Amino acid sequence: MTAVSDPGAAAARATDAILGDTLRGTARGVVVDSPPGAGKSTLVVRAALELAAAGRPLMVVAQTNAQVDDLVVRLAEKEPGLPVGRLHSSDSDPYDKVLDGLDNVRTSAKAADLAGLDIVISTAAKWAHVKNVEPWGHAIVDEAYQMRSDALLAVAGLFERALFVGDPGQLDPFSIVGADQWAGLTYDPSASAVSTLLAHNPELPQHRLPVSWRLPASAAPLVSDAFYPYTPFRSGTDHGDRRLSFGVPSDGSGTDRVLDEAAESGWGLLELPARHTPRTDPEAVRAVALVVRRLLDRGGAATSERGPDPVPVTAERVAVGTAHRDQAAAVRAALADLGVTGVAVDTANRLQGREFDVTVVLHPLSGRPDATAFHLETGRLCVLASRHRHACVVVCRAGVADLLDEHPSTEPVQLGVTVKFPDGWEANHAVLSHLAEHRVHWSP
Amino acid sequence: MSLISTLARLEAVDSGRAQPLATVRHRHLTDRPLVLVPLTTAGEAGAPLGALVGTDRAAPRLLAVPQPRDRDLRFAFLAELAEAVLPHIESYADAVEPAERNEVDPGTGKKVKVEVELCADAAQLIVPSRAGIDFVRLLGRSMRFRRTVEDDPDTPFPAPARVPLLGRWLTHYGERARVPGSSLLLAATDLVNRHWATGQSSLEDQHLGALLAWVDPPGGSGAEAALRAELERDRDGQLICPPAGPATDPAFDNKLLAPAIERYDRARSALGAAEDGLDADTRLGELSGAEREIRSLLAGVLLPTWDAVWRGLDLLRELPEGTRAQDRWTRDRWSFTGHRDRVLAGEPPQPRRDDAVTAAQKLASRETAQAQLDAQEALDDPLVLAGRRLAGEAFVGEVTEVEMAYSESKRPSPRPLVTVRTEERPHLGERTKVYRSLDGDPVRSQTAEFVAYATGETEDGEEGVGLVLRIMDRMGRGKEPAPGSVPEPGDRIAWTLFEHDQRGGPKLPDPEDTPWTHGGPPGAVGPGTAERPDPVTPEDLL
Amino acid sequence: MRGNVFEAKVKADGGTELLRLLVERLGHGAEAPAEAKVPDLTAAGPEGRAARTALALREATAAGDWALLDHPMLALEVAGSPAYLEPDAVVVHPDGTWTVVEIKSFPMVDGSADAAKVGAAARQSAVYVLALERIAAVTEGAEVGHQVLLVCPKDFSNLPTASVVDVRKQRAVTDRQLTRLTRVEDIAAALPEGTTFDPDRSPEELGTAVEAVPAAYAPECLAACELAFHCRAKARAEGAVESLGRSVRGELGGLTTVAGVLAAAAGKEGDPADPTVAALRRAAALRAEALAGVGGGVACR
Repeated sequence: MTAVSDPGAAAARATDAILGDTLRGTARGVVVDSPPGAGKSTLVVRAALELAAAGRPLMVVAQTNAQVDDLVVRLAEKEPGLPVGRLHSSDSDPYDKVLDGLDNVRTSAKAADLAGLDIVISTAAKWAHVKNVEPWGHAIVDEAYQMRSDALLAVAGLFERALFVGDPGQLDPFSIVGADQWAGLTYDPSASAVSTLLAHNPELPQHRLPVSWRLPASAAPLVSDAFYPYTPFRSGTDHGDRRLSFGVPSDGSGTDRVLDEAAESGWGLLELPARHTPRTDPEAVRAVALVVRRLLDRGGAATSERGPDPVPVTAERVAVGTAHRDQAAAVRAALADLGVTGVAVDTANRLQGREFDVTVVLHPLSGRPDATAFHLETGRLCVLASRHRHACVVVCRAGVADLLDEHPSTEPVQLGVTVKFPDGWEANHAVLSHLAEHRVHWSP
Repeated sequence: MSLISTLARLEAVDSGRAQPLATVRHRHLTDRPLVLVPLTTAGEAGAPLGALVGTDRAAPRLLAVPQPRDRDLRFAFLAELAEAVLPHIESYADAVEPAERNEVDPGTGKKVKVEVELCADAAQLIVPSRAGIDFVRLLGRSMRFRRTVEDDPDTPFPAPARVPLLGRWLTHYGERARVPGSSLLLAATDLVNRHWATGQSSLEDQHLGALLAWVDPPGGSGAEAALRAELERDRDGQLICPPAGPATDPAFDNKLLAPAIERYDRARSALGAAEDGLDADTRLGELSGAEREIRSLLAGVLLPTWDAVWRGLDLLRELPEGTRAQDRWTRDRWSFTGHRDRVLAGEPPQPRRDDAVTAAQKLASRETAQAQLDAQEALDDPLVLAGRRLAGEAFVGEVTEVEMAYSESKRPSPRPLVTVRTEERPHLGERTKVYRSLDGDPVRSQTAEFVAYATGETEDGEEGVGLVLRIMDRMGRGKEPAPGSVPEPGDRIAWTLFEHDQRGGPKLPDPEDTPWTHGGPPGAVGPGTAERPDPVTPEDLL
Repeated sequence: MRGNVFEAKVKADGGTELLRLLVERLGHGAEAPAEAKVPDLTAAGPEGRAARTALALREATAAGDWALLDHPMLALEVAGSPAYLEPDAVVVHPDGTWTVVEIKSFPMVDGSADAAKVGAAARQSAVYVLALERIAAVTEGAEVGHQVLLVCPKDFSNLPTASVVDVRKQRAVTDRQLTRLTRVEDIAAALPEGTTFDPDRSPEELGTAVEAVPAAYAPECLAACELAFHCRAKARAEGAVESLGRSVRGELGGLTTVAGVLAAAAGKEGDPADPTVAALRRAAALRAEALAGVGGGVACR
């Protein structure tokens, strides 16, 4: 065992402090920064149950229906007898049908029907339409960094005090119309809910969950340094606690060699020759699909702190991440051509919050002639690089480092706006130079 | 930029003239727009130098500031601008028609229809370029907090009457210009760029002269004409096509304008030093001459841009107006009427900074407006729809089969299944909703749900896929669908994955109820505090 | 012209106004000094001035008091040769912090300013920060602030107002660019024998010389560089797609010329398995259908 304190103890101390402030503190808000895999949902569930147990009915605000339903299910798992209200929209299919099977859960499109229940959960969008109810004493706002400031404005009147939990390193909220005229204002409606909250209430207690239980020791330092410079975290496991091995030996191909590299060190970079390509670069897409195919064919097995025996890495434990939907569609088609099914393939936006054993990523800048703000966005790269428990293989064409340096920046600067770190350009360089140490060249 | 627009640009390069990006005009043009071509002094914080303004292309009104540093001359310019613009605006403000609006009754909390006045039409303002729009905002900001002698007899350097009112209107127009699809204040470059693709980059498209050279080349190559417009100079080094402004060309400033202003200054001092009446008369004559010279120089650089704006409007009027552009203009009329009402009610001018709730409301309504604009332009124009089809957000297909089906409820309603064959690849997922227009109705649409891809054999030579859609609404109240409400085999229909009408967002709290997360209600504002005028200094620019 | 007047006004009377603004924004509640030392920085030639400035900075830091350096000269090695830079002012704080001050003539209206101009000022200031860091490294107790003070006219007046701009990002980018920049000798070695950029040569010779250097043009260059028109003409002559803009080029993958793209779209060239080619052909077909008008195109009436 290493000399540093036990990560479990560190995490427990942080959680106790957070719950202490939430239940017994006097501040109107508590902010928790939760890096990937740090146990955010566990914290939200626990905080909700403790508030309910203390006789403090609360409302919970999440950003998507999937997140809401997931929380309801987890609450029912922990406390099957506790009445929980699921407020939903009047659209068709407003919630996961699984909820209908849970006895403690009541669903309704009207908040009044659910008043009096200990916990009422819904999306920010639905809560914004709720009027004429008594404000709740407490609220928990989940994924508060992905919530836009104006979405918070629409619901903040519904509660007195709140616990805000979120991941500061993931994708920022944005607007398709310009919001420059409010840049620099503390209540810029296009900024994140947390930045507005803290701009007006800087004295609120801010905590961070210090341990990622998901990221292996090979990944936590890179992700923490590159994407969380102000809220660093460590891995919950040590080198050697997680292992990935293959039943079938390498056939010497580039795909096999990069898989071996990833199994050994936690990272792999499959580098294709430099070229400017369309977004759905067929060679890169095929390379991604081949890596997945070989991973499954070679019978990957993962050993972790969860149990003594290796667990097979099956298709459901693997994911492919891309920047664009059409790239995801192309990879799905390529996988289908290779006879692979059951592997999740999605964009960073849709992979947020999810976890896998091994991920294969098509680098956002691969094959591009320039680096736009979208592709440089830190949150995107952070999500793609932080979904895995064991290993991450990145597929990318050579030349990206030069691309980052080649174009003189002509980025405008708005007065009064706090500079956001980490900077996408620097984070990309940091990740690339780390990946360079695990590079395998490959010609299609 | 969609690939279709890119292709249009490349075709423009190849053919030497601009290529269409639209088959209809997507912005309403009134019968008598007011064109404003402003000019400012060199330097980064440009003080007004002059302008051409008017509704008649043959009779522009020239405003000039012979010495931009002189506050009195500047104020005279602003007063004249107010005289040129306000009566035009007010003529529209006075012509109203009755209209209905939905409001929430404060007593019952229910939606009620309220009878209000809506201006029958609204004043439309056209400037040459986006820099012109920025200048309109700047003028509005500088003017609306000023006090006239009437407002406050003790105010130092009172503004001429009506200048603050002009400032408020310009601010309103400048702010409305940020709403996607609005047409109260338009830049000629934006108007033209929306409808044509040139063979140059969008940065270069901001040069009105070069842009028009591509769209309407004077014989021969658009590229050459555009290059000449950008760069060609006469023997004296002056640009043949002066910049659209408001900034002037340095060669003009240094060689022509500065000496003329200097002559004016000397003539003014000389007049001041005149020793007798006769002397004064002569010197007054010289001063008038100097002023005429400046006016003539300004007219020389303003008129080409003035003509260019009108030419641009002519080109746009050749396109038929899109049906839904009229609907967006109605929203502009509501905006115009709203501001008119606020002025009539004696409300204070717009504050310097929006409060949290206002900012959030503006953002939300602009997002709705953008979605509405995108949908409406596609519905009005097959060329715009083509872009959405390429993106997988719409598709055109032929109905091959219709199978009757019903909903499973106590009173079954029709839910016919329609099979559509298309060669396109829309992004359809389970139960994705798609919409189609119903005959002649610009707003109402029929909804269908994607069920599955059609199985079964394709005929020889047939390309594309079959999609099974379930029609969900607009079939009347009976068990059987009303005649004509269901597509029939052989119909060729355009389906969109985007809704034809956008719902607005949820209601935000009132500013007095701004929550603690956003800093609480804006500070208590006493009468007159928010619209404090800017402090006046001896070296003001505006 | 106006800019100089404004700058002189800001620095008048030993820079009292400038210092007041600086302390207001960066002083953390301290009082503005009644007076600050304004050392004499005159010397012969840029090297002399740079040395004099470095000396003044060291002395002011050692003295532990406020000092205003008016038009200092800084040296920075760029591609192996020294470049001489002249910030508007550098202020030394009593605690040893050095702050770059940039005075610009574009206005700050209601606290906000043209973002493109602020960005340019930030990039310019970042270079000064890097140059100062070289000196600070050998000066005890000195630290270069990564926040620069941007001074501009307030609203519509000629009164100064200021805003703090954090230039860490711009500094990091410039630092990396400097490390990457080839040494001048290496650039020269790559050019044809006898190439010279001596301004005394004839325009034709200079033209030939400039032609020999490969250019990487984008329309953004037009606002930033005097050679942009030349590079644009060259790009257009080659039929390069990037003359239409970076985002256009980004969409077209491996296709780089106008002719190439049009031929691919028309089905005359290009591999249909290439997604760009396939997309271009679909785009061309959809466009043609829509332009063919009623009957060909289907409008949602």
